[in-house]
Amino acid sequence: MVTNSASTAIGLSASKILPLGMTALLGLFIVGFVGFSHLEVVHNAAHDTRHSLAFPCH
Amino acid sequence: MSLFRNIVFAAVIAGLLSGLLLTVMQSFSTIPLILQAETFETGGEEAGHSHSHEAAPVDGTAAPAAAHHHDDEAWMPADGFERFIYTAAANILSAIGFGLVLLAAAEALGGLKGWRSGLMFGIAGFLTVSLAPGLGLPPELPGMPAAELGPRQIWWISTALATAVALGLLAYSRSAILAAVAIVLLVAPHLVGAPLPPSHETVVPVDLHARFVNAVYATNLVFWAALGVAAGLLRERFRAGEEAFAGSSGRLASR
Repeated sequence: MVTNSASTAIGLSASKILPLGMTALLGLFIVGFVGFSHLEVVHNAAHDTRHSLAFPCH
Repeated sequence: MSLFRNIVFAAVIAGLLSGLLLTVMQSFSTIPLILQAETFETGGEEAGHSHSHEAAPVDGTAAPAAAHHHDDEAWMPADGFERFIYTAAANILSAIGFGLVLLAAAEALGGLKGWRSGLMFGIAGFLTVSLAPGLGLPPELPGMPAAELGPRQIWWISTALATAVALGLLAYSRSAILAAVAIVLLVAPHLVGAPLPPSHETVVPVDLHARFVNAVYATNLVFWAALGVAAGLLRERFRAGEEAFAGSSGRLASR
């Protein structure tokens, strides 16, 4: 077991920070692209999804 | 990298399944209402569309109409099957994205251990992404007036972020001070208030909008529950290469 970072009560091991951070960033990038991109083409393609997920639209 | 690979694998499958479920639910609930609202949108704005958008500020709906530029040249999927396919793809992509964030957060907080903890994280996701931002910016149908897109997106993202942190503090901290901070984070975005349009006047009927809001929350709750449960079950299954980490420095080096 690798060292736990003392600052967190949960004990998130240092070796996990990089893969978990990458996972979260990848997810946020995908959601951002589908739901928040200002590109007109992306907006049109994902239009019904944006409305149905209550993302800010138009 | 086995942790990254396993989480991505679980998120992709969970997102695929829950995104498909969401698409099926939407095609019976929200999408017919969107299509119905669009008949009002084109009917109400026909004059504005055939003329120039820039010359719009003649009536009260000037600001939303200007912000609401459907560029005639921009590509959009043809109505019917093509549009359905793009909606399904966007749903599945969103679900995979949400699944990645959900699994990363859950793993950082101790990991999912089966469907029940997955369900809890799914409900937290619903509160964070659907309910909390929806309190200030209710689900909207096409043709409804809204403030500028940029500030609304910033408010939406800030609210989701504050709610996520607040729920994490409430669930994972024993400190009363941090609980108080969590309450402040939950309430603050709504005290600041979402950017609102100057006028809420719209040609979209109120009952159509009410049905749409209900449909959005209902479908999103089921979707998030399904995503969480699927993520929990799949995460349990895909742990290849991770179990051996106790005392194996060789595996750490290979990362």
